[in-house]
Amino acid sequence: MKSIRIYALLTAFVLAACATATAVEPIKIGVAGAHSGDLASYGLPSLKAAQLVVKDINDKGGINGAPVELLVEDDACKPEIAANTAAKLVSSGAKAVIGHICSGATKAALPIYRDAKVLVISPSATTPALTQSGEYPNFYRTIAADDAQAKAEVDFTLATLKAKKIAVIHDKGDYGKGLAEFAKTFIEQSGQAEVVLFEGVTPGAVDYSAVVQKIKRSAADAVIFGGYHPEASKIVGQMRQKRMTIPFVSDDGVKIDTFIQLAGKDAEGVYATGPADVSHNPITKEYREKFKKAEGAEPGAFFDNAVAAALVLTNAIAKAGTTEPNAMAKVLRSEEVATPFGNIKFDAKGEPIGIGFSIYQVQNGQFTVVQ
Amino acid sequence: MLTVKDCRQALILGLWFMFLTFPILVIKVNPVEKTVVWRWPNMLWVGGVSACVYLLSRVFLARRAARQERIRLGLEKESKGLNLAVFRQPKVCLPLLGGVALFFLAFPALFSTYQLNIMITALMYVVLGLGLNIVVGVAGLLDLGYVAFYAVGAYSYALLHLHFGIGFWTALPIGGLLGALFGLLLGFPVLRLRGDYLAIVTLGFGEIIRLVLENWGEFSQGPSGISNIARPGFFGLEMSLDGSITYLYYLMIGMVLFTIFVVNRLQDSRIGRAWYALREDDIACQAMGVDKTRTKLAAFALGAAWAGMAGVFFAAKTTYVNPASFTFLESAIILCIVVLGGMGSIVGVIVGTLVLILLPEYLRALADYRMLAFGAVLVVMMVFRPQGIVSTVRRTYTLHR
Amino acid sequence: MDYFIELVFSGLTRGSIYALIALGYTMVYGIIGLINFAHGEIYMIGAFTALIASTVLNILGLPLYAVLILTALAAAVWAAAYGYTVERLAYRPLRNAPRLSPLISAIGMSIFLQNYVMLAQTSDFQPFPALIPEFAFLEPFAAVVGSTDLTILAVSALLLLLLTLLIKYTRTGKAMRATAQDQKMALLLGVNVDRVISITFVVGSALAAVGGLLIASHIGQINFSIGFIAGIKAFTAAVLGGIGSIPGAVLGSFVLGLTEAFATGYVSSDYEDVFAFSLLVLILIFRPAGLLGKAAVEKV
Repeated sequence: MKSIRIYALLTAFVLAACATATAVEPIKIGVAGAHSGDLASYGLPSLKAAQLVVKDINDKGGINGAPVELLVEDDACKPEIAANTAAKLVSSGAKAVIGHICSGATKAALPIYRDAKVLVISPSATTPALTQSGEYPNFYRTIAADDAQAKAEVDFTLATLKAKKIAVIHDKGDYGKGLAEFAKTFIEQSGQAEVVLFEGVTPGAVDYSAVVQKIKRSAADAVIFGGYHPEASKIVGQMRQKRMTIPFVSDDGVKIDTFIQLAGKDAEGVYATGPADVSHNPITKEYREKFKKAEGAEPGAFFDNAVAAALVLTNAIAKAGTTEPNAMAKVLRSEEVATPFGNIKFDAKGEPIGIGFSIYQVQNGQFTVVQ
Repeated sequence: MLTVKDCRQALILGLWFMFLTFPILVIKVNPVEKTVVWRWPNMLWVGGVSACVYLLSRVFLARRAARQERIRLGLEKESKGLNLAVFRQPKVCLPLLGGVALFFLAFPALFSTYQLNIMITALMYVVLGLGLNIVVGVAGLLDLGYVAFYAVGAYSYALLHLHFGIGFWTALPIGGLLGALFGLLLGFPVLRLRGDYLAIVTLGFGEIIRLVLENWGEFSQGPSGISNIARPGFFGLEMSLDGSITYLYYLMIGMVLFTIFVVNRLQDSRIGRAWYALREDDIACQAMGVDKTRTKLAAFALGAAWAGMAGVFFAAKTTYVNPASFTFLESAIILCIVVLGGMGSIVGVIVGTLVLILLPEYLRALADYRMLAFGAVLVVMMVFRPQGIVSTVRRTYTLHR
Repeated sequence: MDYFIELVFSGLTRGSIYALIALGYTMVYGIIGLINFAHGEIYMIGAFTALIASTVLNILGLPLYAVLILTALAAAVWAAAYGYTVERLAYRPLRNAPRLSPLISAIGMSIFLQNYVMLAQTSDFQPFPALIPEFAFLEPFAAVVGSTDLTILAVSALLLLLLTLLIKYTRTGKAMRATAQDQKMALLLGVNVDRVISITFVVGSALAAVGGLLIASHIGQINFSIGFIAGIKAFTAAVLGGIGSIPGAVLGSFVLGLTEAFATGYVSSDYEDVFAFSLLVLILIFRPAGLLGKAAVEKV
C-alpha cells in the first residue's frame, strides 16, 4: 500500500517537474564546426560569434520568453566525424544548427538534418551544389557561393587587368579545385581570354619551382589561384623569386592577414576577392568590439558571417514562433534582417541576398579595396 | 625504497627534459612583429613532472623486483595474468558470451543515436582490423596502404549508386570483389619484395589510389566527393533516420560475426596454416611445398576483400565519400589496431579497436590533448607490452598413445 | 632547352631537399632496421627551433651571418637531443620485441611530436625569415636558379661528403658499419652498440635539422605538419635508392626529385605524386632492393 502511495507521489512529482520544464523549455541550437585540430582557426570564431549573439538574446529574455541553449559539437572538418556530430546534435534535441564550417563536412551532415527536419545555416560552406542541387531545402548560408566568387575574380581579371592568357592553378582541394573549375568555365564562356594552363599543386610540397616554370612557359599574363593562403604564399614567393611579375588573383581563402605575414614583401600587389568590406557597419563594429573584449584578439575568419547566421536564425525562430523548417523558411525568405553585412534575406535556394564580394589588393602590407 | 642514486637520476632526467623542451615549450615568437613570449612556468612543470614520473617508475619497478624475488624464494605464488585459457572453459565462456551478446543486442535501446553511430564506426574498424590481420598478423606481410581497398569499396558503392542506382545489397559483394581484385593487382608486383620494401610500396599504392580519386574528376567527382548515397534498404521499407541507423547497426553486428566466423575458419584451414608458415619463415615454407605465390596473393586478396566490404558499409553510413577520408593516417590507425590488440588474434583485434577507436571518441572532452594522448598511449603500450594486449596462444597438438 | 634546364634545377632542388631528410632514414634503417617514422618530426622540430632561435637572435641585433650560424647550431643541437631522447624512450626498450612493435611505437611518437608542437606553438602556418642572403652574382640567372636553391645543393653535397668521411674513416664510422652488419658480433668484439645507435640517431637528426633550416628558409613558412609530408617523400627516396645505403639515399632523392619536376613540367602536376610512387613500384619490381641496395643473402 505504502509503496503505491510513494509511487503515486513520485509520478505526480515527475509530472509536475515536466510541466514546469515545458514552460521554460530552452530552444536548443546546435553549433557544429572545426573546434580542434589544425582547422580550428576557421571554426572557433564562428562558435564565439554564436555565443555572443545568444548571450545578447538571453539577456533580453530569450526568444518569445524561452531561453536559447547552444549545443556545441566539434567535427574537425572531417566528413565521417561530421555525420556522427549531426546525429549527436539531432538526438540531443537541436532544433536548428549553425554550421558546419567546411563544405565536405556540411555535405556529409546535411542528409541527417534534412531527415530530422532541422534547419541549417552555415557561415562558411561555399560549395555551390549545397544550395543549387536543390537536394537540401533545409540549408541556408550567410556567405556567397564559390561560383559567385569565381565570377567576380574572372570579371576583374578580364575587365580591369585586361588579361588575355590566364593560368588557373588550384590546390586539388574541395574548395580550391571547385573554384578553379568555375573560373575556367567563366573564362571560356567569356570568349575574351584563353586558359593557357589548368593545374593542381600538391599542398605541403617542399618546392613549387617546377609548376612556376610551367606558368612562365605558358606565357600567361595573369594567374588565378584557387586554394588557401599557405600554398598561395609559396607560389607567389617562388614566382617573384623567378622574377615573374604577372598579377596573381586569388580567393577569400587567401584574403586573410596571415597570407601577408607568410608572403612578406612578395604579397605586395596580390589581388584577392573577399566578403565586401563592412567594417563601418554598426552591427559589425558592435560584435567585433565584444569579441575583442572577451578574447583580447581580433576576430578571425567567418566571424561576421557567423554573427549574421545567428541573427537571422534567431529572428526566424522568433517570427515564425516555431522551429519547423517550412515556417522558418518563409520568414528567412521574406524578411530582411539587419546583420553585419547590412540587411539580408535569402532566395528560394537558400543563397543570401545582400552579401557581395569586393576585390582587394595588398598595398603596403594591407588588404585595400580596389573594386 | 628510493636510493640517493635514484633521486640524482631523477634530477638529471628533469634537467634534461627542461633543456629538451626549452625552445618549443618555453619560447613563443612572433617572427613578423619580432616579439618573444617567455613561458618559464612550463619549464618547471616539465622538469617536475618528468622527475616525478621517473621516481614513480623506479618505485614501481623496485616493487616488482622485490615480488619477483619473493616468488623465487617461494614465499609468494605467481599470479597468472590475463589468461585466455580461463575463457575457453564452457563454465566461464558461455555466460560471458551470452552477456556480451545481450549487451550488443540491447545497445540501440540503451544508448542514443550518437552512441550508436560511434559503435557502428567501431564495428567497421573491427572488420577492417580483422581483414588487415589476415595480411599482417597471419601472413606477416606488412601493408601500410590498406586504406586503399577501403576506398575502393566505398567508391564502388558510391559510383554504382550514382550512375546505376545500384543498392547496398548488390554493392556489398561487388565492393568485396573489387577490393579483392585490387588486392591481387597490388599483390602481383610486390611478390618479390620483402619486409620494409613491401611496406613502402603498399604505402605508395594507397597514396596512388587516393590521388587518382582526387584528381580524376570525371570519374570520381574529385575532391568534392559523392553525396546522397543511400542507406541500406530493407525490402523497400521506408525508415526514419533513427530506424535506419539502428538497422545499420544490426547489419554491422551481423557483418562482424560473419567476418569472425570466416576468419576463424580460414586460420584453421590449409591456406591459413600456409600463411602462418609463410610468416614464420618463407624459405622453409617454400621448401615444405607451399606455393608461395598463391599463398601471398590469397592473403592480399582476402584481406582486401574485407576492406572493400567495410568500405561499402562506410559509404552507406556516412552517405558521403570524398578522398580525404582515405589518408595514410587511416592505414596507420588500422595497423595500430592489429598490432596493439595482438597480432594474429581475433579477440586482440576487437580489444584493440575498442581502445583505439572508442577511447579517442570519449576523450573528446580533452579536445586538443586527445591526439597527444593517443600518440603517447601507442608508445607506452608498445614499450610495456610489445606483443599486444592479447597475445596469441599458439595452438599445440599433443599425441596421445 | 631553357625550359629543360630550368626543370633540371627545379628537380635538383627538390632532390637535395629530400636527400637531407632521407639520409637520416637510411642511417637508422641501416643500423637497426627500423623505419623511423618520427624522423620527419625531428626535421620539423629542427625547423621550429631554427625559427625560434633566429627570431630571438634577430631581436638581439646580431649580424646576419652570426644569426645564420648560431641558428643552424641551435637547430642541430636540439634536433639531435630529440632524436637521442626518442631513441632512448621509444625504440631502445623494443630492441628485442616483435618486428612490428617498434614501427607502431614510431608512428605513436610521430603523432605525439606533431601534436606536442601544435599545442606548444601554434597550428597556423608561421612565416620563416629568409636566412640565406641573395647572392648578387646569381642575379643574371635568377629566373633559373635562386640563391637558396644553390645553397641547399651545396650544403647537401658538403654534408654528404662529411658523412661519407665519418663513416669510412673514423672509429665511430667503423663501429657503425660493424653494428649494421651484425649487432651481436659487434657487441662481442667490444663495440658499444647502444652508444653507436645513439650516435646514429644524433647525427641523422642533426642532418635533418640543417635540412629543416634550409628548406624552411627556401619556402618561407612552417607548421607542425610539414615533417609528415616531407618525411614520406624522403623515405620513398631512401627506399628507391636502396634503404641502408647512403649513396643510395642521395641517388634515390635526386631520381625522385627529377621525376617529379619532369612529371610536372611535361605532363601535369596533378599527378606528380602518382608518378613518384609509380616509379618506386617500377624500380622495386626490377630491383627489389632498390637502385644501390644489395639483396640480402639468405641462409637457411
